[in-house]
This record gives sequence, C-alpha cells and structure tokens, in this order.
Amino acid sequence: MIEASNLTVERGGRTILQDYSITLDRGRTLAVLGANGVGKTTLISTLIGVLKPRSGRLRIGGQVGFVPQLFEAPFSYSALDIALMGRARHLGLFGAPGRRDYEITRHYLGLLGIHHLEPQAFNSLSGGQRQLVMIAQALASECELLVLDEPCAALDYKNQDKVLGLLEHLRQAHGMTIVFSTHMPQHAVEIASDVLLMTSGSSYICGPAANALSAENLTVLYDLPIARADFAGVGKHTYAPLFRHDGAHHDAG
Amino acid sequence: MSTYSARMPQPATKGRNLGAVSVLSILTCLLVAAILYSVTIGRYDLSVRDVAYILIDNVHPLVVPYWDPVHEVVVEQVRLPRIMAAVIIGFGLSVSGAALQGLFRNPLVDPGVIGVTSGAGFGGTLAILMGLQGYILLAMAFLFGIGSVLLVKLLSTVRGRTSMLTLVLAGVVISAFFSAAISIAKLLADPFQKLPAITYWLMGSIASSNYLDVLLLVAAVGPSAAAIYLLRFQINILSLGEEKARALGTKVVLVQWIILVASALISAGVVATSGIIGWVGLVIPHVGRALVGASHQRLLPVSGVLGAIYLLLVDDLARTVTTAEIPLGIITALIGVPVFAVILRRLHARGGWSSD
Repeated sequence: MIEASNLTVERGGRTILQDYSITLDRGRTLAVLGANGVGKTTLISTLIGVLKPRSGRLRIGGQVGFVPQLFEAPFSYSALDIALMGRARHLGLFGAPGRRDYEITRHYLGLLGIHHLEPQAFNSLSGGQRQLVMIAQALASECELLVLDEPCAALDYKNQDKVLGLLEHLRQAHGMTIVFSTHMPQHAVEIASDVLLMTSGSSYICGPAANALSAENLTVLYDLPIARADFAGVGKHTYAPLFRHDGAHHDAG
Repeated sequence: MSTYSARMPQPATKGRNLGAVSVLSILTCLLVAAILYSVTIGRYDLSVRDVAYILIDNVHPLVVPYWDPVHEVVVEQVRLPRIMAAVIIGFGLSVSGAALQGLFRNPLVDPGVIGVTSGAGFGGTLAILMGLQGYILLAMAFLFGIGSVLLVKLLSTVRGRTSMLTLVLAGVVISAFFSAAISIAKLLADPFQKLPAITYWLMGSIASSNYLDVLLLVAAVGPSAAAIYLLRFQINILSLGEEKARALGTKVVLVQWIILVASALISAGVVATSGIIGWVGLVIPHVGRALVGASHQRLLPVSGVLGAIYLLLVDDLARTVTTAEIPLGIITALIGVPVFAVILRRLHARGGWSSD
C-alpha cells in the first residue's frame, strides 16, 4: 500500500526527513512514534500528499483519507456537514453533494454509531465524538488508506479504547490500511502490526511490531528508561517510562 | 469498503433542509414585497395599483393613462433603477462577504479586506479630480479596484504560495496606501466643486442610479455571484483549512483565485456605480448563519436575498427620513457597527473563532 524509498522532505527550507524508506502492505496498521518535533507531522503531511518530497520515491496504492489532530471548525457546521465534506473528491469543482453522497456519509456515521449526532453543532461535541465524526469524514471519501495524526491525543482512556477498537475493526472487517501517530507505545502494542520509531530526521527503526517494539528501542527513542510491564493473567503487556526528573535545569544560569 | 447498506430514514436533517428551503422562499417573498413597497413610497405617493398600471402600460396598455406623466418618469426613471441597484448591491456584497468569510476562515472579514474597496475608491476619486464623469469614472473605479486586488495577491504570494493571513495583511497595507492617496487627492481638489463631489461620492449613494449603472452592476455581480454559488461546497471544504482541503482532494489555489476575482468584480462594480457602502458584507452573513447554519450551500443564497432586502430598506430610509438624501454608506455603518459589536461579543463569549 505504501512504498517509500529514500524520501527526503523539506519544510520551510529546512530538511526534516532524510532518506526514509518505509513499506507497508495492504490491510496492516502502522504506528508512528517519536519525540516532539522529530517530524511525525511532516511524514504524515507527505503521506497524504500535502507536502511533496524533495527527492525519493513515494507510491501509495489507493485513495488516502486523513484525520487531523483534535479539530475545531471555524463556523457552526453540523456534524453531518463536516462528515459530508469527505465526499469532495467525488464531486467536481462546481458540484454539491447529492442523494448518493448523503447516503454514503450516513452509512459511515451509522457504522461508527454516531447517527444521532448528525444535526448537532460539530464544535459542541466532545473530543471523542469529534474524532469519530472526522473518521466518518475520511471514510466517506471511500479511502483505502486511513492516516490519523494522534487520533487519541486529548481523549480519556475510555475514548482511546473506543477509537483504537474502531481502527482495529476497520482493518479486520473492511481491509483498511491504517497509519497513525501516537505518543503512547501502548497504542502500538494494542493494534499496530508494524511500527516506525523515528529517532531523528535521518535515523529510524521500521518493522513488524513484534520485533521493533521493544523496551531497548523505546529507551533510545525517548531518551528515557522504558520498561516492559506484563499484566498478570491476561497475556497483555505495556511499556512505561521511568521519569528521572532531570530533563530541565530550571535555575541554571 | 465500497458497499454500504440501504439508506436509513433521517428525519432530523431532512427537516433542516426543508427549513432552509422555506427560509429562502419566505425571504424571497419578503424581497418581492419590499420591492413593491419601495416603488410606491417617496415624494409622490403612489399605490401598488398605480405602479402596476404604469409598468404594464409599457407592454400593453390596459387602461387609459389616468396618471400624471411625471409619475411615469418617477417610477420608471428614478425609483426602478434605484431599487434595482439596491437589490443587486445588497445581494452581491452579502454573497461575496459570506464567501470571503468562509475562504479566510474568519467571520470578521468583509469584501473590503482584499483591498478592492479603497482601490476602486481611489480610481473614482482620481476621475472626479480630473473632471471626468460617467463612463470614465465607472471604468477608472473598476480598473483600480481590480488592480488593487492583483497587487494584494502579488504582495502576498511568496514562492508560488499564498498564505491567507498574509493576504489579509497585504489587503490592509494596500487599503492604507489608497486611503492615503484619496486624502492627497482631496487635498489637491478644488474645495468648492470637486471636494464636495468626491466626499459625497465616497460616502456611498445610489440616489442618482440610472439604467447604465444597473447594467454595469448586473454585469459585475451576476456572473461573479453565480461563480461563487457554483463553488458553494468547495468553500465549505476550504473553510476547514488549506491542509485539510488539500488532503480532501480540493484544487485549493484555483478555488481561492475564482473567489477572490469574483469578489473583486462585485466590489469594484459596487464602488464604481455607488461609492463605498460598508458593513453589509460583514454583517449579513452572520444573520444568514443564524437562520440556516454555516453550510455555504444554504448560506450563500439566503445571505444574498437577506442582503438585498436589507439594502433596499436602508435605501428607503435614506430617501424618506429627511427631505435631503442621506448617503447610504452612513446608514449602513450606523446600523452595521452596533450589530457588529454584538457579534464580536458573542464570538468572544463563545471562546473566539479558530484561525491559523
């Protein structure tokens, strides 16, 4: 689905990513992890076609849907208005959504269980509900690759679980390919088949989650000791940081 | 993911769409009523029946003319072109204001923000200063208006990309420049004849509108408003932000250009024929949003008709409140400013609006 070889991407005249090569097969889920400012958002902008790579080759084998970070609309659009905008690609420059577009959009709102939110003002919805509407918008574009920028940021645990469960369902039941960025290794443990650990703009680890997602690699990634913790009895595990409280020197100088 | 199940009944939104349609038809009826009312009021009191007979007489005489020939001139040469001008200007400014607010993702934007108003104002001022009138004044105001938008676009485009924030700032810069230029022109103008002419023209008035003005307005506003309406869904998408719009597969730059050029044409046409009429394009879209929601498919037509009604009623005030004409621009500002202040406070209370 994604074939990127030797990608170099600039933003504002500065090289952010250098020589990134990533492959992801159809029907898999890639979690992108990395410290703030390492270029996760740049990578995502490149994947969705908003940024053009300066060099390298990028091939995407299907329509891409994008879900931005916690989103706020500038006007009082209804949830249905927002979801309908996913149909843009299928309408001409002068087109407006017709009956079929409404049907498709409502189908996906129904699929995500947020049918009842349709007439409500998008901005009045909770963060979790908004995230679901944005996912419905991406799905309404009938994409095969779903790219999400920190889909669980600013959501409580319950809503994180909901979104992760939904992504897993979309992959299993609908053969969707998924790329998402996150700051919590736990999210990758739960649903990712592959991970991309971005240590810097020019070095990274990419591979199946089973191999690449390890305490050692995460320790390098976050420059902080990370330990693996196993939940007794359920066969699940997570990764937790050991905070050292020495990152900032408040009174220095 | 290409299959989807049978359609589901959805009464809530259906009601809303129906609501939008009926809002538009009610407003259209109100507009027709306002037009009929406006033809009858003024120095000569005429009934709707008189007006109807006078107008039908042109096509097919129904009754022997029982009216004073002066009434015929008043209806056909004075009131009708003026009413048409008010309706077209109100319609055009409101549609363009709604589109620009969507494009800039900012509810406090109006057609003046892209620099066209003061550019066209300077063109007209220059024409009056040089003793030129009629066609040439129209042409100069029009050309300077379009020219200033191109200047704004040029100023805000860096390496082939235009940031909307820079565009607004460039608009402010160009507007400031032309305002200064207008001041210089006023300074140089003959204080007994040309200065009053310039000042009065800039205040905005459609008192002396004729069919030539109406023709120019139709030519400037008609195609532009149509182009904006055709882009109604694209404006929705652009209002989510440039990056999101690109990701959704929209031709961002093309849509921005069409809306800017169309809005420039509308504003240039308005200033050329009627001087500077502010606040309409800023305030009316907010009323429209309160009636039918933010989606531009519904908002654009509703804003247009609302604006037409509004400006027509304002012009009725302008010509009947006192024996002397009050320039239209003064009344739209007197009404617009307090309404704007209320909107500003409401936006503030809601936590402001999002911008880049």
